[in-house]
Amino acid sequence: MESQVAEIVQHTGGAIGNAWLMIAFPLVGAFILLVFNRFTNRWGHLLGVAMSLASFVVAVLAFFELIGFGEEERRRAVHLYEFIPGMVDMGLLIDPLSICFALLITGVGSLIHIYSIGYMAHDEHRRRFFSYLNLFVAAMLLLVLADNYVGLFIGWEGVGLASYLLIGFWQFKPSAATAAKKAFVVNRVGDLGLLVGMFVIWTTFGTLTFQGLAEKITPGTQNGTMLAIGLLLLLGACGKSAQLPLQSWLLDAMEGPTPVSALIHAATMVTAGVYLVVRSGAFFFPEGSGAALAVAIVGAVTLLAGAIIGCAKDDIKKGLAGSTMSQIGYMMLGAGLGPAGYAFAIGHLITHGFFKADMFLGAGSVMHGMNDEVDMRKYGALRKAMPITYVTFMIGYLAIIGFPLLSGYFTKDGIIETAVHHQPILGWLAVIGAGVTGFYMSRMIFMTFFGEKRWADDAHPHESPLVMTVPLMILSLGAIGLGGWLVLGGTLYKFLIPAVGGNINEVPHFDFFSTPGLVTLALVAVGVVFAWMRYGRVAVPSVQPRGNFLTTFARRDLYGDALNESLFMRPGQWLTRLAVFFDNRGIDGVVNGLAAGIGGSSGRLRRIQTGFARSYALSILIGAALLTGALLFVGNI
Amino acid sequence: MNGAFEAPTIEYGALAPLLVIFGAAIIGVLVEAFAPRYLRKAIHVPLTLLSVAGAFALVLLQVVRGQVSTAPSAMGALAVDGPSLFIWGVILVLSFVCVLLINDEGHFVASAAAVPGSSDEEEAEAESHGVGHTEVYPLVLFAVGGMLLFPASHDLLMMFVALEVMSLPLYLLCGLARRRRLLSQEASMKYFLLGAFSSAFFLYGTAMIYGFAGTVSLPGINQAMAAGNSLDPLLLIGFAMLGVGLLFKIGAAPFQAWKPDVYQGAPTPITALMASGTLVAAFGAVLRVFWVGLGNLDWNWRPVIWVVAALTMIVGSILAITQTEIKRMLAYSSIAHAGFLLVGVLATSASPARNADSLKAILFYLAVYGITTVGAFAVVTLIRDPGGEAGHLSRWAGLGKRAPMLAGTFAFFLLAFAGIPLTSGFFGKYAVFAAALESGTQAGDGLGGWMAGLVVVGVIASAIAAFFYVRVIVLMFFSEPAADGPSIAVPSMGTVAVIAVSLLVTVGVGLYPESVLGIANQAASSLFIR
Repeated sequence: MESQVAEIVQHTGGAIGNAWLMIAFPLVGAFILLVFNRFTNRWGHLLGVAMSLASFVVAVLAFFELIGFGEEERRRAVHLYEFIPGMVDMGLLIDPLSICFALLITGVGSLIHIYSIGYMAHDEHRRRFFSYLNLFVAAMLLLVLADNYVGLFIGWEGVGLASYLLIGFWQFKPSAATAAKKAFVVNRVGDLGLLVGMFVIWTTFGTLTFQGLAEKITPGTQNGTMLAIGLLLLLGACGKSAQLPLQSWLLDAMEGPTPVSALIHAATMVTAGVYLVVRSGAFFFPEGSGAALAVAIVGAVTLLAGAIIGCAKDDIKKGLAGSTMSQIGYMMLGAGLGPAGYAFAIGHLITHGFFKADMFLGAGSVMHGMNDEVDMRKYGALRKAMPITYVTFMIGYLAIIGFPLLSGYFTKDGIIETAVHHQPILGWLAVIGAGVTGFYMSRMIFMTFFGEKRWADDAHPHESPLVMTVPLMILSLGAIGLGGWLVLGGTLYKFLIPAVGGNINEVPHFDFFSTPGLVTLALVAVGVVFAWMRYGRVAVPSVQPRGNFLTTFARRDLYGDALNESLFMRPGQWLTRLAVFFDNRGIDGVVNGLAAGIGGSSGRLRRIQTGFARSYALSILIGAALLTGALLFVGNI
Repeated sequence: MNGAFEAPTIEYGALAPLLVIFGAAIIGVLVEAFAPRYLRKAIHVPLTLLSVAGAFALVLLQVVRGQVSTAPSAMGALAVDGPSLFIWGVILVLSFVCVLLINDEGHFVASAAAVPGSSDEEEAEAESHGVGHTEVYPLVLFAVGGMLLFPASHDLLMMFVALEVMSLPLYLLCGLARRRRLLSQEASMKYFLLGAFSSAFFLYGTAMIYGFAGTVSLPGINQAMAAGNSLDPLLLIGFAMLGVGLLFKIGAAPFQAWKPDVYQGAPTPITALMASGTLVAAFGAVLRVFWVGLGNLDWNWRPVIWVVAALTMIVGSILAITQTEIKRMLAYSSIAHAGFLLVGVLATSASPARNADSLKAILFYLAVYGITTVGAFAVVTLIRDPGGEAGHLSRWAGLGKRAPMLAGTFAFFLLAFAGIPLTSGFFGKYAVFAAALESGTQAGDGLGGWMAGLVVVGVIASAIAAFFYVRVIVLMFFSEPAADGPSIAVPSMGTVAVIAVSLLVTVGVGLYPESVLGIANQAASSLFIR
């Protein structure tokens, strides 16, 4: 028998009672940096870092306060204020799930803030960059800490805005501006799903708070409305987390500065979809429901698609972006498996936050040393030139391919085993995906750090300054040990039970020698060896060779853009043309008529305003007469 | 009459804010009479600001100490109850920021009496060193005193006196603009003539009602109605006349004609004061008369005000569309908002239990609308042509490219006027409309349909209004700036503070409405003294 999610307890005081500070610090930071713009140029970045760190300190204090409570009392709601009178109260929910996110966001976020001091040192708009980063942290914290869907949605849109601003940060590059726009438009589709889902929740249940829903929904309820809500929320999750069919924006989003790719488009924001599914899991994605199955299918398909795209990219950041898509696919797959999968999904989300941020920042460090070159075919043999970056990147690499005993091994294997157990077909797809991961990540390593130098003539690779490499080292420590700590003995599973459900007596046991685990390892080994044969043993051409149809397929992002173009954009354009046609003929007549009517009446009414005091006085007199007449008339009915 | 004279009891504690303002105004007059010209402004500015701040502190003190009176003060002439204190607080905050705008040099003429362009005028200009009339300060203080008195009046004669104390200084102030003198004088003249005309209606109505009730005290009138024939033509006509006087002040249709002309002609800081402070005060008075004095006439005035509210919203928003002058547009916007507020007034007396809710909504609306309005007019003062403020909308084209911060701020104020979510304006409108709908369903008797109908009219009017607000935004951000565009004045510290405070309140209340709503709720829960 599955145990219920714990009751939410009202809480005041202490670090939890003041958890709003977590959001307030970076928000104030962003505000100061944006409003006092130029005046803060000299110290703006330091303020940004300080605000992020302050937020982290509050998160840590709140975490320790939280674990001081008994397990059944670890869902603390903090009421802040009445937001929309009679409809929504703004409040925060500090529970094991949200605190995990808060720690990840502020912890990794602070490291990336620090790294950015070095990375953006020569950018004249560094202060603006930090204000956007702070804005992002505040919005993301609101997203995960809000105790209702409205707060979550505001945070959701806030991170969307920050993401848009940061992808297009170098707006002088047309490609960056276009990418920002694309991300914005694609996300809009998902946001609409979330919004409509919220509408349906409101009309069905009359509340949007998690507590209110917990009171109204019997766990495990399944019917058409619940399925519809689940699918709508999933659409929202797909947009934010770059899952099929709304994946196309993430690869282009790499136009943003690299720390942004690390923080927003790898470690935190893109995992918001996973958060949404897990947070709503007890309500709308009960184990075995159609909605949960849809989540798992989306995850499994995306994890393969992302991995395949990752195989063909020569741009190091795009390769990592494909890998991000794929890893979030794993998380989604886990999130579609009920409480047993939630713990691994969240665990993978946390470890991925570390090792992917580690690798993205490593890639940034490489670019920093290579004059912002992103083409891996122009790299090669960099391990001697930048030893720290090399070592930390290697750790991230070993973690992501699931090298035994490193972080990724535990969390990814956990997902795979749970999936094989619950949804065998999807589970084995995930096993194949792991093999492909071994291939494309090894390819990246071989092309970047091994082999011959293929550098451009003016490239003088050098190690990055300490302010950039220290965050790398800290992140790689997480990439080494975090997974084992979270998974072995079911630490995270037990910790999350009050928030997402689960059974204390059935803590999943991590099996080192299970069949799927061993097969996965074997496939990963095959992938690595295959990559070595193609990119390690033989020289890599510095110009991209013509590939076979499969390579082209992957290089073109599985024709995702082409599909979007032919399926949505062109028909969309035709539709707009058609609409314009009808609009001109029919609707415009009505609309223009209406507008002309209003404008015309405005023009006519205007003539009353003659400018003569005498006619104004006359209108007052007539008004007085009418008023008197009306009162007498009504009085005598 | 037994001939014995009883000394009136005056509750000095409750009336202290009023006394501070009027006292400072009288000192201001003395300063004008005795202080040398070069010193006057240096004395006036701290005197005015300190007295307004001091009066505000005294209001706060009463609230904090919990000394909100539950009985009329000053022998039944005034009622310093919860809503009064809230309205006082709002008016004092608004006048404080307006005084900061008034301090800016260049708004006021040196000699209003001199013929524009004459040598007299040049002479006076030279003498005043650009300071202009310093009489402005005591005049403003008298007007503010009147504004405080108006909504707190507990009988009709007191209310009339307050109306005049508030209006007379404003008539004068309207004529003091330094630029476009003729327009300003014309505005002053029109405002005076029409204001006097409507005051006469008010007084006439008072006399008629006295004829019916034998008293001018608001609760007395209500009791007389309960006791006697509440359909007496004397009473109904008296009420209609009274209504004309009040509706004129808030600028409800068909008594709105003065607003655009006066708002356009008056010096912009004075326009800001009228559009915010006067409106708040007038609505306070309307609420008190309708709720305390005419509570028992409920079924008579409701349909009439229903029509007036609908007409006001429609006229305001439709006429605003064809305006090409920014201050005129804001004037029509103010008319439309008066209509929205009237919807809230209608929501009040449907059932006493709901009263606190609708009262809260109106008080909240008044507070947030007032501060946004001052902010918007403060921005208007900064966009200048050689001949004064660049009023014509075409001059605002492309402002977003030339002064992005200023244009962005103005755009935000416009969005708040339009009632876009996450601005204070949204919650104001939401609260008023929600209260109206709720009062309709609570009252039953088919009233629900009528109230819902009015809300629908309100929403349509909001949609029309959104058009002309957004049009200005489009103009500012999506048009190419003209080559010889207006200059953007370097704002003084005072103006910066005004704009910043307005923006902060508009944003802050939009995110955290409870901050002001809570206070309004507290004020409203004690209701008007009946």
